Amino acid sequence: MNWIYEPWPWYVSGPLITFVMFLLLMVGKKFGMSSNLRTICTICGAGKTTSFFRFDWKAQQWNLVVVLGVIIGGFIAENYLSNDTVVDLNPTVVTDLQSKGFTNAGDAYMPDMLFSKDVFDDPKALVILMIGGLLVGFGARYAGGCTSGHAISGLSDLQLPSLIAVVGFFIGGLVMIHIIFPLIF
Amino acid sequence: MRTIIYLAIGIFFGIVLFKSEAASWFRIYEMFQFGSFHMYGIIGSAVGLGIIGIQLIKRRKIKSFSGDEIIITPKEKSFSRYIFGGIIFGLGWALAGACPGPMFVLAGAGYFPILIVIAASILGTFLYGLLKDKLPH
Repeated sequence: MNWIYEPWPWYVSGPLITFVMFLLLMVGKKFGMSSNLRTICTICGAGKTTSFFRFDWKAQQWNLVVVLGVIIGGFIAENYLSNDTVVDLNPTVVTDLQSKGFTNAGDAYMPDMLFSKDVFDDPKALVILMIGGLLVGFGARYAGGCTSGHAISGLSDLQLPSLIAVVGFFIGGLVMIHIIFPLIF
Repeated sequence: MRTIIYLAIGIFFGIVLFKSEAASWFRIYEMFQFGSFHMYGIIGSAVGLGIIGIQLIKRRKIKSFSGDEIIITPKEKSFSRYIFGGIIFGLGWALAGACPGPMFVLAGAGYFPILIVIAASILGTFLYGLLKDKLPH
């Protein structure tokens, strides 16, 4: 059972994600994480400003419970199911990241430059995290879904709109990494 | 009872996202650098199996656990909202290194700066709601 404590290979992880999607279908729900962000807006009273947030959020409560589970799952995996959490990256990528100042690339799960406790005193890192989050939230709702709703569920259902969205995800990601990153790091 | 089932599915999903390293900022960067097959393998195998499973559900008319028909609503037809929304999402995905599932995994795993990303993504969703009628869909 030692393999559980090691990083899980793609051919285990991918099928398990599909399993999650099917479990949700089998209990009469659907797989989609970003719609929770809209539900949270509604709970915070966003319906007062725009009709987009006027819907019966209680019908989406089940998905918030899934999110709560995801948080607990992250806690369990980090604290009880991992020997160490070093991500074994491609050495070329490690060199590239280190030259950009990501000194712990190849030695950790997350970059200290953006995710250590010190970033709360680092305006540049804070702005990056904020812009990243804004784009993710805005884009996911504009596109009507994120990685779970479009890339996994939508493509599995052979939905052309999801394919267009996923192409968009990759255009955006490639532009960020190859054109914008060299300007900011 | 149903609540416990949803919670259990979420916990399982959270563990999978963390252990697969799909929640690692580094893996997302590496994916957009085409540095490893790992993320493509995860998404590819998930979708490959998903296509087979959904075809089975549709053709064999498989019922849900409660005996109801499984209805998968098709996405509404459009081009602009998917491509523009997708590009905006992709820019953020690569910058923050997290999409809406892994964000919550990282919060649970104790990488607290992700809370800024989560808060900003809620704000981003709100901004979309405000601007929705002015955007091409």
